[in-house]
Amino acid sequence: MGKKPKVAIYWNASCGGCEEAVVDLAEDILKVVAAVDIIFWPVALDFKREDVEAMKDGSIAVSFINGAIRTSEQKEMVELLRKKSGLVVAFGSCAHMGGIPGLGNVTNRKEVFERVYGTSESLHNPEKVTPQRETGTDVGTLTLPEFCDTVQTLDQVIDVDYYLPGCAPPPDLIMNAINAILEGKLPPKGTVLAPDKSLCSDCPRKETKPDEIPIDKLTRVTDTTPDKEKCFLEQGLICMGPATRSGCGERCLSANMPCRGCFGPTTEVLDQGAAFLSALASNFDTKDPDEASEIASGVVDPIGVFYMYGLPSSLLKRVRLTENQ
Amino acid sequence: MAKRITIDPITRLEGHGKIEIFLDDAGDVKNAFFQIPELRGFEKFAEGRLVEEMPRITPKICGVCPTAHHMASGKTVDAVYGVTPPPAASKIRELVNSAFMTEDHALHFFFLGGPDFVVGPTAPKAERNILGVLGKVGLEVGGKVISMRKRLREIISTIGGRVIHPVCNIPGGVSRGPTKEERDQFIAVGRDAVEFAQFALTVFNDVVLNNKTYVDIIVGDIYKHNTYYMGLVDANNKVNLYDGQIRVVDPDGNEFAKFPVSQYLDHIAEHVEPWSYIKFPFLKKVGWKGFVDGKDSGVYRVSPLARLNASEGMATPLAQEEYEKMFSVLGGKPAHNTLAWHWARLIELLYSAERLLELASDEEILSDNIRTIPDKTPNEGMGVVEAPRGTLIHHYKTDERGRVQKANLIVATLGNSAAMCMSVEKAAKGLIKGGKVDDGILNMVEMAFRAYDPCMACATHSLLNTPLVDVVVRDPDGNETMRIYRDDAGNVRREKK
Repeated sequence: MGKKPKVAIYWNASCGGCEEAVVDLAEDILKVVAAVDIIFWPVALDFKREDVEAMKDGSIAVSFINGAIRTSEQKEMVELLRKKSGLVVAFGSCAHMGGIPGLGNVTNRKEVFERVYGTSESLHNPEKVTPQRETGTDVGTLTLPEFCDTVQTLDQVIDVDYYLPGCAPPPDLIMNAINAILEGKLPPKGTVLAPDKSLCSDCPRKETKPDEIPIDKLTRVTDTTPDKEKCFLEQGLICMGPATRSGCGERCLSANMPCRGCFGPTTEVLDQGAAFLSALASNFDTKDPDEASEIASGVVDPIGVFYMYGLPSSLLKRVRLTENQ
Repeated sequence: MAKRITIDPITRLEGHGKIEIFLDDAGDVKNAFFQIPELRGFEKFAEGRLVEEMPRITPKICGVCPTAHHMASGKTVDAVYGVTPPPAASKIRELVNSAFMTEDHALHFFFLGGPDFVVGPTAPKAERNILGVLGKVGLEVGGKVISMRKRLREIISTIGGRVIHPVCNIPGGVSRGPTKEERDQFIAVGRDAVEFAQFALTVFNDVVLNNKTYVDIIVGDIYKHNTYYMGLVDANNKVNLYDGQIRVVDPDGNEFAKFPVSQYLDHIAEHVEPWSYIKFPFLKKVGWKGFVDGKDSGVYRVSPLARLNASEGMATPLAQEEYEKMFSVLGGKPAHNTLAWHWARLIELLYSAERLLELASDEEILSDNIRTIPDKTPNEGMGVVEAPRGTLIHHYKTDERGRVQKANLIVATLGNSAAMCMSVEKAAKGLIKGGKVDDGILNMVEMAFRAYDPCMACATHSLLNTPLVDVVVRDPDGNETMRIYRDDAGNVRREKK
């Protein structure tokens, strides 16, 4: 004992899918358990926060942290884990880029509270009660963590060493990362532990993708049944493949559905949504501004589609906060 | 001397949770609170999104039951567009949902709820886990469970692309159906799943029902609440996990309401407390009377036992036999015993497996006609399925281009949120006396919420729990061969004997 590296797994604003991804290692999970000591995993283990606090700084070999950061409690926990850990891996789209909970940055705390506890159709709240940080009762005070205005990526709160992309990360990439850590064969700090090429280069439909995709009209999956063989973009369906990193196993494509970008951009791209927009617009099959704007009107929700997984990590970060928010 | 006991975080629960127990001067429980310190605001940031993306966005609410959200969302989008999927598409969706319900329910029994019974509610912490279960039922069962889970999840990823957050539901149908080879595989898995479910019920019968102590705990007053019950039923009032009308029975078992999801706002309302981010749904026509049970209180319950209470039977033959047996042992319907949730879950496990096999064997799922393209202007719609943890309702309103203007969600776990608080408090009051508290007692308090929360993630994660906390490994003769434990400094240590 004592020689095996200590591993922590923690979750923040997330769904539990990343925990499932670990369990989906199936038989491999036994190898992982044999090679490391998992010393903190609140969803599964009875270790508490004070157990982590009692550990020596740097004594955890690696912390895998999933989920975006939305509450004060999550910030405190990841700061604590950073202090105690040699390496921190941002695990999954939410920790990496904000993920779908990151779409919360189109709004803010006040608006979320108004909707959830104020105007929701099924609400019965005549006294306009909202959750409070502290509630006095006749037996004692109850507390809740603060719900923040802005969803942050993990590396906006603490220093991150590596990123495991995906919603959720696929088993082969998880095992590769664990093996690299165990064998000490680690790439430079800041590396995203997945192939650094676009999804298009691994797409099973790439043979049907012309070098230039002339787009004269954009369509939606609502209005068409996607062809099973053809490049989605050639069909006029928005597919984030050109601006998205490969390595996912083309899972959505195998279900005949276009990519929504959960792996984030490749290294050479600064902003996934902007890169996609640029790729898309340059394929518009017209030089006429009016026609181009007509084609562009087929993009009904740019923020929700181009930044579905990455709004907090994008150059935009969030919709501007205005007075009293 | 007043005392406060905090269990934070409570374990083997999907999501964050916290229990606060307050004792009076005599050391008896004055009050207990079950708090949820989390919120993400999906209803708000759904506004502006394309409605056909909602089946890809809303599963991220829960990575443990993403399939349930994907189904509820897909059905809601159909309703928004006023489109009916072809029969093959609906069957393919229900097939995927059945595979999901089967794997989820199976794992709950063996990994999460199971240890409390198979090993024992106050057994030492070290044994109250999956290894303890395996010690009782045999090691090969563990392999069986892992393999069954994997094969069932492959059905979901075959059709849905991804098992965590599937993507196949599109307005008016599915993006892909099975090939003939895939279908043949589904049939094989379905057959094995039925057998597996029967095996699980046999284990439950041998280990739990044949033990009078356990049966006494199940039927005892500490884990009992006389509430209303809600669940989806088919045209014959049989349990249906994918479609049908929402039926509510009162604490005496009489039908109180039966309605399509489009009328949910006439029946369900949500109460807010300042000390939790979670909302507390109740029956609007009865009203919110606080955290109390009985006919005058609008508190209702959802998920396995609630669904069986709210129905008049199971639509598949083997599950029906088990349904009759359970209610005869529990002394009739409705059964108010919270811990009988575990039993009801196994009956639903059998039903889901039987239904999976039925659907996989239906030639229609091989049809090419799996899509009806919408031709109406999108507007407003509601959709419902039964998630493992209860009735799950989505409701979207859009503009004419299909952008979401309003989204409202009654998420399955919410259906039991008031009851979970009541159950935790009642168990704490019944079990903690004169300030005497130990691990076994606190676990029996946690059992009060665990019964409602068939969370596969937590459940399967318990597999990892055991080698790391406090484990005794024994040879077949019962001799201790190795001990794994945590020392005072918090380090995990192993000792070979």
